[in-house]
Amino acid sequence: MAFLRGFGSYLPARIVDNAELAPMVGADPAWLLHATGIEQRRFAADSETVSSLGTAAARDCLNRCAAAASEVGLLIVASGSGERRFPGPATSVARGLGIPGVPAIDLPMASAGALFGLSLAGPLTHQYGNVLVVASEIMSRVVQLEPAGRDTAILFGDGAGACLVSAAGGFAEIRDSVLASDGEFAEALRLHLDAPLYMDGRTIILHASRKIPRAILQLLERNRMPPGDVGTYILHQANLNLITRVAQAVGVPESRFVQNLVRYGNTSSASMLIAAAEWRGNSQEKLAQPVVFAAFGAGLNWGAVLAVPVGNGGR
Amino acid sequence: MGNRARIAKIVKRVAAEPVDPAPGDSLFESGLLDSFSLADLVTELEKEFAIKVPDSDLVPRKFDSIDRIETYVTSRA
Repeated sequence: MAFLRGFGSYLPARIVDNAELAPMVGADPAWLLHATGIEQRRFAADSETVSSLGTAAARDCLNRCAAAASEVGLLIVASGSGERRFPGPATSVARGLGIPGVPAIDLPMASAGALFGLSLAGPLTHQYGNVLVVASEIMSRVVQLEPAGRDTAILFGDGAGACLVSAAGGFAEIRDSVLASDGEFAEALRLHLDAPLYMDGRTIILHASRKIPRAILQLLERNRMPPGDVGTYILHQANLNLITRVAQAVGVPESRFVQNLVRYGNTSSASMLIAAAEWRGNSQEKLAQPVVFAAFGAGLNWGAVLAVPVGNGGR
Repeated sequence: MGNRARIAKIVKRVAAEPVDPAPGDSLFESGLLDSFSLADLVTELEKEFAIKVPDSDLVPRKFDSIDRIETYVTSRA
């Protein structure tokens, strides 16, 4: 068995509201809010990097778990906006945490990266002990902050999240997960090193609005768990309308879906763990009801993870 | 009711607009459909025509006009 021990996050200090962003992209602030539901997002400072954000989120996670960095046996870092082709940010985050020698793996998957990391971390705890999953993105540097890039640029923000997964115990048990990939639509959402982020929104929304509910329902069905028994759904924070549609398709009240898009925008892979860190706060309580994590992103990659209240195996 | 009429009825319901687009008109360019109503449209087509739209066919272009939708649902029948 593998357990969730806790979450952490880091949001850059600079808040960019719609009044500041609107002139950059040649739009009206009221239209920005209406079109996206986003009131503000964070932009990283010039001195910050994907790995520095990730390191800060990792430290926050370890602090909340009362764990030392030296307890980490494996580091997984998800990011689609790393500054280099290679090495990815994982080894830099490990260096920032002061854990030389600990294997550090990159998942350059963008939005679904944290979910895949969380799912893969479970079985890997049996070989490596504590697995720290980090997701970090500086999306403000990969979008076109000018009128030509308006439709994409207005959606994104910067941030990082983290989760510590352990075989020894935690507040919830990772019970099961569903992961899937389909390269047929890889061109619909892509980021080359020498061009801004490209997104065919119609194709992405069409696939996401069908694949996310399907993954959640498949996961719950094979665990014989009605969707109504899940207390909290934590999704990649891509779009408010999408979360509403997923709630309707799954058949549970939208109030069970954690939402923070209005304050941070879409932070790609980081968003799910940032939302989880806000949901969990500094609570030391055991989980009372199951929680489902779900994400969809470039690749296409998507899936869902189910965590349940701990039984006798948890601490 | 023919397929075209059934499709037009679904489009009007999903778009929540009492308009009758010409069969060849782009439903996106006319503003009748957006990213989210497109997903609803596909779901409604599946129900109305008792078809299953596979993921490989989730391409907006296939559903961009009543003509194209008719071609698609006919091919799936």
